[in-house]
Amino acid sequence: MKNIIIAWRNLWRKPWRTAITSGSIFFGVLFSSVMTSMQYGSYGDMIDNVVKFYSGYAQVFTEEYYDNKSINNSFELTDSVIGIAENNPVITDYAPRLEYFTLASNEENTKGSIIIGIDPHAESKITNPGKWVERGEYLSESDDGVMVAIDLADFLQVDVGDTLTLLSQGYHGVTAAGKYPVRAIIKFPNPQLNKQFIYMGIKNAQEFFGAPNMVTSLVMMVEDHYDLPRAMRLLQKEVKPPFMVMSWAELQPELVQMIEGDRAGGTFMKGILYMIITFGIFGTILMMISERRRELGVMIAIGMQRNRLGAILFFETLFMGLIGVFAGVFASIPFTYYLYRNPIPVTGEVGEMFVQMGLEPQFTFSMHPEVYYFQAITVFIITLFIALFPIYKSYTIKLTRALRA
Amino acid sequence: MNVIEIKDLVKIYNSSEVKVKAVNGITIDFEEGEFTAVVGPSGSGKTTFLNMLGGLDRPTSGSVKIGGTNVWELSSRKLIDFRMNNIGFVFQSYNLIPVLTAGENVEFIMHLQGKPKKEREKRTKELLESVGIGDRIKSRPAKLSGGQQQRVAVARALASKPEFILADEPTANLDSKATSGLLELMSEMNRKHNTTFIFATHDQRVMDKARRIVTIEDGKILKDERFER
Ligand SMILES: Nc1ncnc2c1ncn2[C@@H]1O[C@H](COP(=O)(O)OP(=O)(O)O)[C@@H](O)[C@H]1O
Ligand SMILES: [Mg+2]
Repeated sequence: MKNIIIAWRNLWRKPWRTAITSGSIFFGVLFSSVMTSMQYGSYGDMIDNVVKFYSGYAQVFTEEYYDNKSINNSFELTDSVIGIAENNPVITDYAPRLEYFTLASNEENTKGSIIIGIDPHAESKITNPGKWVERGEYLSESDDGVMVAIDLADFLQVDVGDTLTLLSQGYHGVTAAGKYPVRAIIKFPNPQLNKQFIYMGIKNAQEFFGAPNMVTSLVMMVEDHYDLPRAMRLLQKEVKPPFMVMSWAELQPELVQMIEGDRAGGTFMKGILYMIITFGIFGTILMMISERRRELGVMIAIGMQRNRLGAILFFETLFMGLIGVFAGVFASIPFTYYLYRNPIPVTGEVGEMFVQMGLEPQFTFSMHPEVYYFQAITVFIITLFIALFPIYKSYTIKLTRALRA
Repeated sequence: MNVIEIKDLVKIYNSSEVKVKAVNGITIDFEEGEFTAVVGPSGSGKTTFLNMLGGLDRPTSGSVKIGGTNVWELSSRKLIDFRMNNIGFVFQSYNLIPVLTAGENVEFIMHLQGKPKKEREKRTKELLESVGIGDRIKSRPAKLSGGQQQRVAVARALASKPEFILADEPTANLDSKATSGLLELMSEMNRKHNTTFIFATHDQRVMDKARRIVTIEDGKILKDERFER
């Protein structure tokens, strides 16, 4: 107990030095927390974006479908397949899809496009295509109409209320053909999607392709991407050949690569920051020990064991680190909370780029606990590590030399 | 009765090319209740001698026995405990732990010894009163004068109830008034409680009080005189 009291009082012998050292830790933690918060925020946005645009957090499909996205590799949506999603406690929503290529035409214009057969209600909880409806109405439960992406609609010169002719090859080669009223025009932020997508009720699509009750994939959602690993562990246990399950990360490896690249950049910057902090603390400790050489000698002379002296100096170093870490974390919470509630808008070309990727043109911030405790633990470990030095010193300090100092 | 028995004590410093024989064969005993001044010119080996005697600096050869224990045969941990329980130290300056108050400095050594709190507090109060600064028990060293600090150091040295007290030039940084005050205090402690004191000094006023004066030159004993005072 006495050790801690002495260590604490020692800390305030040079209040300015302690303040500067702890202050450097404080700013280090604050800066890297805010940076991490922004990184996590933007990763979250990007992941949400692909997940909510299209892929969902995870999908179940057949192994053949993964190699060849053909309608012939679709599967029957049986109760046992639904059970995989239904019985998984982490999965919040799921929806079946039947997707395949088609030719779409209106009078003399024809264009290749993709039919996405959806369950309008279930899908609204996942990718929510209704959000992008530009004109018209989102598909109702047993709708016999379609929703057409805006550039495709312009090309074909169709609008809400017109009729679209679709022609494709159905399940195992049957001819698929039909006329469908256009219920809505859809405008995505992503121009690529605007040229291709046609949404249709899944029943309608199954009928069109001659594949009753068949689906190409079952798309699943979890609360947020931090829940995904657990969901995937459970799914991997349940899903057996001929089926397979994939997470968004496996479905979108480029995005994962981009995030990893950015994360590495951030880690590098934090590494430099922490190195500066490390030298700062270390310098303070060196100064403190050399100033107190004589005093340390006197303490050992009158009967203080070296391990005890080491403990005092250890606590002193630790306190200096902890003050900085706690202050840093406590300051970053309201700071990142403010940014979390008030994302920083992005304008100009960069903002335009965000929009094209389907993102809101803003930097968002995350308040995930990792944002804080990772910084806290890192600095804490650095401090522990540095605190070994005064322990080493208290064991090796030469008594007669210290007393002559 | 001999408290300290020193035989053929030698200390050679091997720094750089030159070998310095700081202490060059000292054999001497100290008895309980003695009030001894070790004198000699600067560089004669007083500090080196006292440090070996106090278990602070390992001799090149020779032995130091305190109360029958050969101190330089103890392990380094045991030696620290031995110093704590048997030797009181008063150094020239900066004796005290700056972040502890006068009272805490005195109490601290008893804390290290594992004495119960009640006893520590009682003894701290008594000791600080007996060295004449009972009213400064809550002051930190920086708030005390040099003379007051040395008094606290004496109180701390006494607190552990040691066999003897070693004081290396305890008055070197004090003005004459503080010096005579401190000397008065130490000789009073010596007379009243029969505490054994050994000083290194070249201060004439300290020598005038001493009942035994050991003169060292070039690491050897030149004279060993006793006085009735
Ligand atoms: N650590 C050391 N290394 C080398 N020489 C030393 C060391 N300590 C003391 N000496 C030398 O030993 C001699 C005795 O020094 P010291 O015991 O301090 O004398 P005093 O206390 O009488 O002034 C001096 O010549 C001094 O220079
Ligand atoms: Mg000396």
